[in-house]
Order: sequence, then C-alpha cells, then structure tokens
Amino acid sequence: MAEDRFPPGTRVRTFHHDPPHHTRLPRYARGKRGVVVEPEGPAELADVSAQGRADAPVEQIYAVRFAARDLWGEGDHHVVLDLWESYLEEDPADER
Amino acid sequence: MSGDHSDAAVARRVRRLETLLEEKGVLSGARLDEIIDASLSGASPANGARVVARAWLDAGFKARLLADGTAAVRELGFMEGSYQRLRVVENTDSVHNVVVCTLCSCYPLRLLGPSPSWYKSEAYRSRVVREPRAVLAEFGLDLPADTEITVWDSSAETRYMVLPARPLGTEDLGEERLAALVTRNALIGTAAV
Repeated sequence: MAEDRFPPGTRVRTFHHDPPHHTRLPRYARGKRGVVVEPEGPAELADVSAQGRADAPVEQIYAVRFAARDLWGEGDHHVVLDLWESYLEEDPADER
Repeated sequence: MSGDHSDAAVARRVRRLETLLEEKGVLSGARLDEIIDASLSGASPANGARVVARAWLDAGFKARLLADGTAAVRELGFMEGSYQRLRVVENTDSVHNVVVCTLCSCYPLRLLGPSPSWYKSEAYRSRVVREPRAVLAEFGLDLPADTEITVWDSSAETRYMVLPARPLGTEDLGEERLAALVTRNALIGTAAV
C-alpha cells in the first residue's frame, strides 16, 4: 500500500470547484484551509460512482479539521469533514 | 445534485415502484414490509447505549473503541458485515462533539436506529455547522463558554457516534443501569448524560 499523500497534521486547501454533478465536497467548505486529522481508508470517488459509472477511481479519504473562523468568518468551534484525496491540495506555506 | 434535498420526487418514485412490484406479482406489500423490518431489526439506540456503558466500565475497551470503533463494536456483535467505518468521538469536561450530515442524512443506523426527523431537517443540517452552541442551547444543552466544540460532518463512508462523558454519582451502577441513562441524543451529541 502506497503511503498517504497527506499524513496527519498536513495543512491542506480544498479545491474551489462547482461541478455539475454530485460531489461530497460541501459548498461551505470549498476553497478553504484545514488540517488533516487522519486517513479513513480508501473508497470509490462518489462524484464518479454517483453518475452510475463503473470507472470511479479509488482514493484515500481524509478527515480534515477546519476552524469555524476560516469557514464562516466567525465562531470558535471546529468542523471535521470526510474528504476524498482529489478534493485536496497541500496548502503552500507562503500563501498562508 | 448536492443542493437539492427535496425527497418528494424520490418518495413518489418509491411508491410507484412498490405499486408495480405488487401489480406484476413480484412482491406482496406484506413481504416488502417483512424485508424492511428485517433490515432494521436490531437497529436501536440501545446498541449505542450498550457500547457506551461498556466503555465507561472497561478502560481497555474504551481505548480500543476510540482507536478503532468498527473493530471494537464488533466485539459486542454490532456492525458485522457493514462496509462502513465507525469513528467514536469522546466528550470530556472541556471537549464536546456533535454529529451531522450536511449533504443528506448519514447516520450510524445500526447503533442508533432510524434517525429522528430533526436530524434530517434543513434547519439542523445547515445551522449546527455554523452555530453549534446556539443549536445545542435550543436542545437544552448549555455548554460552558470555554468548552471546545467539534462538529463532525459525515460526508463519506465513516459514521460518527459520540461517547458521552460519564455522569458523576454513577460509580456504583452496573452496565445495564448505565446503558439506561444513555439517550439517542447523547449519542448524536445534542444532549449530555
């Protein structure tokens, strides 16, 4: 098994896409910065399998923790989301 | 579409399918009810409550439960054959966890039984990720200002269950009486025990 692309503690950023099909990246968490909590195990990418296609790639899913302030501009709580690997990119330190 | 949460069209389609199955003699309504009952049999918040009571009494089990929820609840005979992963999150004096599914209504059915209607409501799903403290207060749960709140939004194949904090004064209680204290809402995180 290959090593996970985003080990726990990795700072990540979600993509800012708005696809015309089903996706499990909720609108409120698009283009947001978070920190990987843990890998959850691989699963078929729901964006593809939900279209009834048999060629959905299997990707690692990560629990990613977001500060409410980064999601909503306010609040002192955190939100954890389960996100497929292709929703994420490493957050470059120089843009933080 | 992730933005469309109306279930009226789906409900109509399901009713039409049921009617067709009966008309064509594929399946009787009674048989269909039996199948639905069987798939839900044993799905009850009593299961989650039993898991919690065991964790309160057995530190080794609690450690295994928090490390690998799926494997730990299988020790008690729950979630066998399920493809889903269970992650149990622990409430303490300083940390409070609450579970939601903002995209639809994902829920640990086998441990909590069928979900309450409020869990599926637009109001709960949209508000608890944004203002959990206010939502929890409406449930009657007023948390101290310095309690750290984490909202777990089940957006993939993991199902979340809350391990509530064990109340004071329960040191003498056995597993069955401890389990009786644990409510469904405490397992979702919208109540304490």
